[in-house]
Amino acid sequence: MTARDKILPVLTILAALLVIWYAAAVFLNAPFERDTAARAGTTIAFSDIVPRTMAQARPVLPAPHQVLVELWDTTINKPVTSKRSLVYHAWITLSATLVGFGLGTLLGIALAVGIVHNKAMDRSLMPWIIASQTIPILAIAPMIIVVLNAIGISGLLPKALISTYLSFFPIAVGMVKGLRSPEQIQLDLMRTYSASPSQLFWKLRWPASMPYLFTSLKVAVAISLVGAIVGELPTGAVAGLGARLLAGSYYGQTVQIWSALFMAAGLAAILVLIVGYAHSAVLRRMGARP
Amino acid sequence: MNAILPAILFWLGAWALNEWLVRRRPASRAAERAIRLVVPVLFGVSLLVLWEGLVRGFAVPAVLLPPPSMIWTRLISSLPTLWADFRQTFLKSVLTGYVAGCGLGFLVAIAIDRSPFLQKGLLPLGNFVSALPVVGVAPIMVMWFGFDWPSKVAVVVIMTFFPMLVNTVTGLAAASSMEKDLMQTYAASWFQTLVKLRLPAAWPFIFNALKINSTLALIGAIVAEFFGTPIVGMGFRISTEVGRMNVDMVWAEIAVAALAGSVFYGVVALVERVVTFWHPSVRGGRA
Repeated sequence: MTARDKILPVLTILAALLVIWYAAAVFLNAPFERDTAARAGTTIAFSDIVPRTMAQARPVLPAPHQVLVELWDTTINKPVTSKRSLVYHAWITLSATLVGFGLGTLLGIALAVGIVHNKAMDRSLMPWIIASQTIPILAIAPMIIVVLNAIGISGLLPKALISTYLSFFPIAVGMVKGLRSPEQIQLDLMRTYSASPSQLFWKLRWPASMPYLFTSLKVAVAISLVGAIVGELPTGAVAGLGARLLAGSYYGQTVQIWSALFMAAGLAAILVLIVGYAHSAVLRRMGARP
Repeated sequence: MNAILPAILFWLGAWALNEWLVRRRPASRAAERAIRLVVPVLFGVSLLVLWEGLVRGFAVPAVLLPPPSMIWTRLISSLPTLWADFRQTFLKSVLTGYVAGCGLGFLVAIAIDRSPFLQKGLLPLGNFVSALPVVGVAPIMVMWFGFDWPSKVAVVVIMTFFPMLVNTVTGLAAASSMEKDLMQTYAASWFQTLVKLRLPAAWPFIFNALKINSTLALIGAIVAEFFGTPIVGMGFRISTEVGRMNVDMVWAEIAVAALAGSVFYGVVALVERVVTFWHPSVRGGRA
């Protein structure tokens, strides 16, 4: 399959989505224009409505170009340190995401190593690790934030803790699978070499788990971003992408909500891409042929 | 200090007992199953005891972390409130949205099954959207569909749609060409092949999506309630009781959410075992 073969369908779907979006924007924003016209005692032709629906200050659904203009305005035209700059808010969310992601990765790997090497931990912890994910943990997010705030811990750490909790799970599960992926025949070979347990771990289990680790890391980094965003909701909309969402919804600033959403989507895409790149780099160093 | 030592001793004792239990080689099948069940339960109980003991022993203020016993009494005493919240959030928003979102994802996957072009276009997008913070659409949905449960249903539908779509499309491609050739020699129509071969082969993938979605749906509904609700609902209760520093009520609500989430997941997993009885991962569990 050539690159053109892959890109063309995606572009077609994207173009279709864009058309649908514009149509929906006209359809959803038109009632407001009709009401305004009716209040002014005038009638308004459809050809007049269409351009106006694209330029409302607080549309029900902003047109794509409005979102793009807002994105451009808040990222390029504002100084990075300004509280109106989306880059500033994105950085606050990103820093919490990265700290939480790092902690979650360490915790997940540590748990997986323990589970693989200790049977009691395997039997007693594994069901609870799985059960812990059926808990809608994001529901606890506001409480963790508020409670930690009450004892004087605020800012980055509480949000990072939520990201940690969300991201350790895919990593722990993936790593358990990965560390157990060497086959019996390979384990036997290591034994014939009279490998010590640490050699067995570093020379066989750890390298064998790399593909599993990176697959989990992709999931984990995306979910830690979600955790950081939701963690910003209850702090009363101070800073961060989540705060932008909340402030936008309080004041009906739909364009602001959409631009924050696109910023978050872009951030997620970049993070996943970086992990994907690290994945292929590591695999290449390990001698894998794509 | 008086409560800390017994709690730690209990925890260590439970740990030692677990270490001993997993080394047993029980003769009968029943005893082995009992051990498999007892070990995690014992671990959970010991965690609760440790929590209770440490909170009491160090006199942690209840505002920070209430002991489990306090949460339990609160849970029992406010059952009607919790039930009303459960009905609003789980029965109305989560279940409706889950069924609609999963159903829609499944139907779209079937609809684009005969168009490789649409599949190539939608699959990368679906994978991409699965990585996005979709809960962010919650404020927009609340603005469009109002404060009551329809807006939560909309969020849940959006969150569950893409995992279902991607997994179903992948699953429908899971049948091997040998099996498809066999269907062709039977002169089976596209529909017969779908129902008799490709859908059964796709069940493991579809159930994977159903399980992922069971958690996502609950999260979506609760987070959407942070952006505005009528005065009932789990997310609403959590955010207001946090504001009033009634942390034990929040924990009671979380316990209900955890129970609902686990039971939901468990039911889906149980149905999966029945439907995909032929799959190696299920057969292996029984043998």
